[in-house]
Amino acid sequence: MTDDPVIEATGLGVRYSRRGGWALRDCSFGLPAHRVCALVGPNGAGKSTLLALAAGLLRPTEGAISAPPREETAYVGQDKPLYPQLTVDETLRMGRELNPGRWDAKSAARIVQEGGLDGGARIRSLSGGQRTRVALALALGKRPRLLLLDEPMADLDPLARHRLMGALMADAAENGTSVVMSSHIVAELEGACDHLLLVDGGRVRLSGPVDDVVAAHRLISGPATALADLAPHTVVESRTTGRLLTALARPNGPLDTDTWQTAHPSLEELLLAHLRSPDAPALAVGPRSAEAVRA
Amino acid sequence: MLEYRIDRRSGMATYLQIVHQTKQALRLGLLEPGDKLPTAREVVEATAINPNTVLKAYRELEREGLVEARRGLGTFVRRSLGGAPADSPLREELADWARRASAAGMERDDVAALFTAVLDQHFKGDDT
Repeated sequence: MTDDPVIEATGLGVRYSRRGGWALRDCSFGLPAHRVCALVGPNGAGKSTLLALAAGLLRPTEGAISAPPREETAYVGQDKPLYPQLTVDETLRMGRELNPGRWDAKSAARIVQEGGLDGGARIRSLSGGQRTRVALALALGKRPRLLLLDEPMADLDPLARHRLMGALMADAAENGTSVVMSSHIVAELEGACDHLLLVDGGRVRLSGPVDDVVAAHRLISGPATALADLAPHTVVESRTTGRLLTALARPNGPLDTDTWQTAHPSLEELLLAHLRSPDAPALAVGPRSAEAVRA
Repeated sequence: MLEYRIDRRSGMATYLQIVHQTKQALRLGLLEPGDKLPTAREVVEATAINPNTVLKAYRELEREGLVEARRGLGTFVRRSLGGAPADSPLREELADWARRASAAGMERDDVAALFTAVLDQHFKGDDT
């Protein structure tokens, strides 16, 4: 297992029209191979744009992105394009014929069977969740090196979500597939993803292994009068309630434990604090950290 | 076969939950030397957690000499944790103590807090 990036972006920017604003700007990051990366951010942050760039469906306006070639990449967009008049079996046969030499009929069939889908059912008669399952079967059957999923679980019930996530993780375990999945529901990704990319306002705010990014932060509480003590640290967000100060910060050295109580934030607390504070400096953890992010 | 239960809200790192549950199974004799741990694939399919988390947990168990990975075969238990099997005198003493605590009017939470405090005092360095 190597840490070579499967996707690498430098100074990436996208503008959909000459007069429009930038959907993405100044994005530089590397995603290591064989990881499951959570691409998170609020609506309109640029997540789908980033995935479309990685899939080679969109060209950057500026900068560059390197990713595996089309035939080694599977992309499942939010709208999950399938032919409504085909049956499930016909759709899988199409997958086989479009991917000669690399189609994994067994994996594809398993994903469909686990959902209890009837092979003879037409796509148009399926529910949203069932269509998602077929789209994922099509994507996994391709045996991709890189799997890009845009809001894959949005229309699934909790049980179907758990099962499909389990199927995805099993594929990652067995084939070492690199996965990038976007979501604005953090709880859905926590536990399943080991790498994080937070995009907000078209920029990369946080990038790195989930454990390292979380470990770089502390929830701090203490007397409001001691606020000046936090100056050497990178404070992402701070709030004062009466005499109590609470903050989320990246300590740049030891914190005085007589003054401050500290705790490790959850991934969700960490992300929310960053989203509430758009001006907080960006953080990139990893081999490329020095030049990876220009805040 | 051991089945892991992952509690995302426990605050304990996921890989440590796997480490602890494996050790618990070893202590209680539910896992014995020679037994095979579930494969990473089996664990992640059932729990929807990241495969690297399972591998990290297994590496930790291997580092502690409790299991060994056999190439192409899986991960196997090397030795049991014989600390206090389910029917040891220590367990009886603890059960006796719990009865006395209950008789003295202590609540479950009081007992848990007291037990944790004493545990922390005598066992250091098990970071979570």
